Amino acid sequence: MSTSEFVMAFLPELVLLGGALVLFVIALGANACGRARAAAVIVGVLATGASVVALRSEALLFDGAYRVDGFSQWLKLVFTGGATCVVLMAGRVEDIRKDIRAEYFLFLLLAVVGLVLVASAVELVALVVSLELSSFALILMVPMRREREGQRSQMESAIKYIMFGVAANGVMLFGLSFLYGLTGTTQLAVMGERIQPMLGSPLAITGLLLAFAGVYYKLAVFPFHFWTPDVYQGASNETAGLIASLPKVGAIVVFVRLASLAMPGSETVVLVLSVLAGASMLYGNLLALGQSDFKRLLGFSGIAHGGYALLGFVALDEAGFAAALYYTTGYVAMVLACFVVISRVSRDGVNVAIADLAGLHRRSRLLAATLLVGVFALAGLPPFVGFMGKLSLLTAALAKGHLVLVVVAVLNAAVAIYYYLRVVKEAFFTNAPEGGAEAEPIRLDVGARVACVVLIVAIVAMGVVPSAIIDTIADSVRWVTLAAR
Amino acid sequence: MTLPNPHDGFPILSLLIFAPLAAAALAAVLPGERLVRIWALISTLSVGAVSLMLLGRFDAASGEFQLVEHAAWIPRFGISYTLGVDGISLLLVLLTTLVMPLCVLCSWRYIATRVKEFMVCLLIMEAAMVGVFTALDFVLFFVFWEAMLIPMSLLIGVWGGARRVYAAVKFFVYTMAGSVLLLVAIIALRLQVGSFGIPETMGRGFAPEFQMWVFGAFFLSFAIKVPMFPFHTWLPAAHVEAPTAGSVILASVLLKMGTYGFLRFCLPITPYATEYFAPAILWLSVAAIVYGGFAALAQSDLKKLVAYSSVGHMGFATLGIFSLTQQGVEGAALVMINHGVTTGALFVAVGIVYERLHTRDLDETAGLGKRMPILAGFLGVFCLSSMAFPGTNSFIGEFLVLAGGFSVSKVLIVVAVPGVVAAAAYNLRMLQRVAYGGTNNPDHGDVRDLGAREVLTLAPLLVFVFWIGLQPGPFVNIMRASVARTLELAQAGAAQVAQGSVTLP
Repeated sequence: MSTSEFVMAFLPELVLLGGALVLFVIALGANACGRARAAAVIVGVLATGASVVALRSEALLFDGAYRVDGFSQWLKLVFTGGATCVVLMAGRVEDIRKDIRAEYFLFLLLAVVGLVLVASAVELVALVVSLELSSFALILMVPMRREREGQRSQMESAIKYIMFGVAANGVMLFGLSFLYGLTGTTQLAVMGERIQPMLGSPLAITGLLLAFAGVYYKLAVFPFHFWTPDVYQGASNETAGLIASLPKVGAIVVFVRLASLAMPGSETVVLVLSVLAGASMLYGNLLALGQSDFKRLLGFSGIAHGGYALLGFVALDEAGFAAALYYTTGYVAMVLACFVVISRVSRDGVNVAIADLAGLHRRSRLLAATLLVGVFALAGLPPFVGFMGKLSLLTAALAKGHLVLVVVAVLNAAVAIYYYLRVVKEAFFTNAPEGGAEAEPIRLDVGARVACVVLIVAIVAMGVVPSAIIDTIADSVRWVTLAAR
Repeated sequence: MTLPNPHDGFPILSLLIFAPLAAAALAAVLPGERLVRIWALISTLSVGAVSLMLLGRFDAASGEFQLVEHAAWIPRFGISYTLGVDGISLLLVLLTTLVMPLCVLCSWRYIATRVKEFMVCLLIMEAAMVGVFTALDFVLFFVFWEAMLIPMSLLIGVWGGARRVYAAVKFFVYTMAGSVLLLVAIIALRLQVGSFGIPETMGRGFAPEFQMWVFGAFFLSFAIKVPMFPFHTWLPAAHVEAPTAGSVILASVLLKMGTYGFLRFCLPITPYATEYFAPAILWLSVAAIVYGGFAALAQSDLKKLVAYSSVGHMGFATLGIFSLTQQGVEGAALVMINHGVTTGALFVAVGIVYERLHTRDLDETAGLGKRMPILAGFLGVFCLSSMAFPGTNSFIGEFLVLAGGFSVSKVLIVVAVPGVVAAAAYNLRMLQRVAYGGTNNPDHGDVRDLGAREVLTLAPLLVFVFWIGLQPGPFVNIMRASVARTLELAQAGAAQVAQGSVTLP
C-alpha cells in the first residue's frame, strides 16, 4: 500500500491525532482555555471534513487488525461530527476547574480518537485497547468539574464510573478469552468462521454473553446501568452530554461486531438479550418518571433507550443491527440537543432541574425549539428521527416474531411520553417567576447557535428523508456481517 | 385491493398539504400581528379554494382512490409517499380546508397574545389533518396522525383557559397512549403484506386471529380519538380549556380522524374482526348517545354542554359505521360532516358569548338574546340542527344512521331513543336560556351584537346546515360509491375467512 493510499484511508484518525498533539502543546501554556477551545473546534471541523473525504475508503491496515470500510467510515463521520457539536456546545466550560480547561479539550479529543479507532478495530486486542483509550479519557473528564456545595461530588461520580467500567471490562475480557480459547484467533473475521459450528456450545454462548458486558455498561443497559444517573448528575453538563451520546454509538459498533459472531441465531443469546431489553426499558422509564433533575431524567431515559437499541440485537440479523445503529446515531443528535439546552440554561454550570426550564420559550426561542425537537424526538414522535428509528427497530424485532417485546417497547414509549411532556410543559406552558434570574433572556454565542441549528436540522432531516442514511447504514452493516462470516 | 395508477396531473393533494406548511413558515417570519392574521386568512382561504378544485377532478361514480400521487420515500422499509382520496376522504378534506378560514376568523380578536405562533400552529394543523385524510401509506398516515398532536397541544396549553396545561397534557397522553399500539398493528400488517401501502392491505382476508389483534389495536387508537364512551374523558377537558379555534378544530376535524380510521381501516382490512366485534361496539355507541345526551343536559357551562353533546353525536357516527349497512355508513359519513358544521358553529357561538361576557355559565348568559338578536338567530338554527330537526343537516344523517341501525337491531334503536330526546332537551334548554331566558341582566348592558366578521364566520356554516339538510343528494352522491366499495371489501374479506381461504400470519 502506497503512502498516499494509507493517508487517505487513515485521514480522520491522522487529523484527530495531529489535533490531539497540538492541543497537548497548547495545554502546556498558561491560561490556554480560549486557544484550546478554538483549536478543538478547528480540529473537529477538519476531522469531520476528513471523514467526509474518506467516506468511501476501503483498506485493511496493521496486519488486518484495522479495517477501513463503509461501516467504519460512516461511524467516523458520526463521531467527529458529534464531537464538533459537543465542543461548540461546551462554550467556555465555566464548570471545569480553571487551571485544567485546556486539558479538558485535550481529553475530549482523545476520547473521540478512541471511539474512531473502535469503529475500525476488527481484532480483539485493537478493539479493547481503542475502547479503553476512549474510556480513560472520559473517566478523566468526569472529576474535572469544579467542586461546589450541595452538588453531587464529581469524585464520587468518577469513582462510580471507573469502578463499574473496570468491572464490566473485566467481565468482557473474560468472555473474550473464552472466544479466543475456542477459536484460537483474535481476528474477528476468522473467529466468525471458526465459531459457527460451535455456536450451540455452552462455552461459546457464555463467552458471547460475557463479552457483551462491556457493551451493556457503555449502553447503560440494565443491570449495568447503576453508574448512569449519578455520573450524569455529578459530571459537568458538557461531559455528561458527551458521555450520554457518542460512547453509546461506540458501544453499538462493538456490539454489532461481536453479535454478528452469534449469527444466524442462538436462542439463548436472544433470550438473554430480550430479558435485558425489556428490563432496561421498564426500569429506565419508570424511574425517569420521578426525577426532578433534568440530567438524571436523561440518565434514566438513557437506560430505557439502551433497551430500545437492544431490540435490534434481539432480531440478530442485518436489519436489526442496522436499525440499532440508525437509532443510536439519531440518539446522539437527540440527546445532544437536550444537553445544549442544559449547558446554556445552566447558570455557572450548576445542574438544571426541570423547574429551571420554566419560561424557556421567552428566554430563548432557539433553545426552546431545540428542546422541543430533541425531547419529542426522544419520545419517538414523528416527523423526527426518534420515530423512524423506533419504527425500524420494532419492524426488525417483529419480523423475527418478538411480539411481546415489541408491545412492551411501545407501552414503554407511552409511559415515557409523560415525563418528556413534563419537560416541554415546563419550557412552554410555565412562566418563569417575574423579575427572577430565571426570567432573564439567554444570549447564545455563535457556537451554541450553530450547534442548535445543526442538531435540529439533523433530527428533522434524519426523520423526514432518512432513505440515504438508512441505506448507507444497512450497506455498512453488511460489511461487518460479511467480514464476520 | 391494489394501488391505482398514479394520477399524472397536477399534484393537488400535495399542494393542499405543503401549501399550509409553507404559509406557516412565512407567517413565522412576518412582522406585525395584523399582517400575520391577514396572511393566515389569505392562505387558509386559498387552500380552501384549491381544495374545491378537487370536486371538479373527482369522479364520484367510482369508489376507487383517485388523484393518486406516488413517490418512493424509504424503499428499504417499503414506505412510500402515497396520497389519494375517495369519496369519504374527499368530504373530510373539504371539511378541513373550509373550516380553517373560519378558525382564523374566530380567533381574530380572541387571540391577543403570541398571534404569530398561534397562526403557525393552526397552519401546521391544517397540513397534518389534510395529510391524515389523504395518506395512502400507513407510515405517512401515522406521521400526520401524530404530527398534529404537537400543535394541538400547544393550542390548548398556551392559549387555553385556566386549566389549560392539565387539559393539554391529558389530551396528549391519551391520544399518544392510544396510538402506540396502532404502530404495532401497522408493522404487523407490513410484515404480512410487504409494504406499508394502505390499498394493498385492503380486502386481503388475513387469518382471523391476526385480524382480532390488529382490530384491537386499531380500535383502541380510534376509539380514543372519536372519542367513544368510555374513552371520552379527555374530551370535555380539552374542549373546555381550548381557545375557540382549538375547540372548533377538535370538534369539526380531529374527532373525525377516529371515525375515519374505523371506516378506512377496520372495515376493509379486518372485516372478520369488525363483524365479530360490531354488536359490542353498537352497544357502546348507543351508550355514548344516551350518556352524551344526559351528561350534556346536566351541564351549566355552555362549552361543556356542547362538548358532551359531541360524545353523543359521535355515537351516531360509530353506530352507523358498525351497522355495516350502506344506509348506516352513508349516514355515519354525513353525521361526521354535520357534526363538523353544527358543533363547530356552536363552539364559535359560545366563543363569541364568552368574548363578550367572560362567562359561559348558562344562568349568567341567560337573556342574551335581547341584546344580541342576530346571535340568537344563529344559535336557534344551530341548536335545531344539533337536535336533528327535520330540514337541517343533522336530521338526514341521523335518520340514515337510525334506519341502518334499525335493520340490524330494533332493540338497539329503541334503547338509543332517550339519548335523542335528551339531545332535544339540552339544545332547547340552551336556546331557551341564552336566547329568550332571564330578564334584564345588568351585566349585558353594553353588549353589542355580532359584527360583520362574526357574521361572516357563522354564515357559511349556516348555509351548510340548510344545504345539507334540504339537498343532501350531492353530498351523499360523492361518497356513495366509496361507501359501497368499502362495504364490498368488508364483505369479501369476511367471506374469504368464512371459506377458509386466508393468508396465514
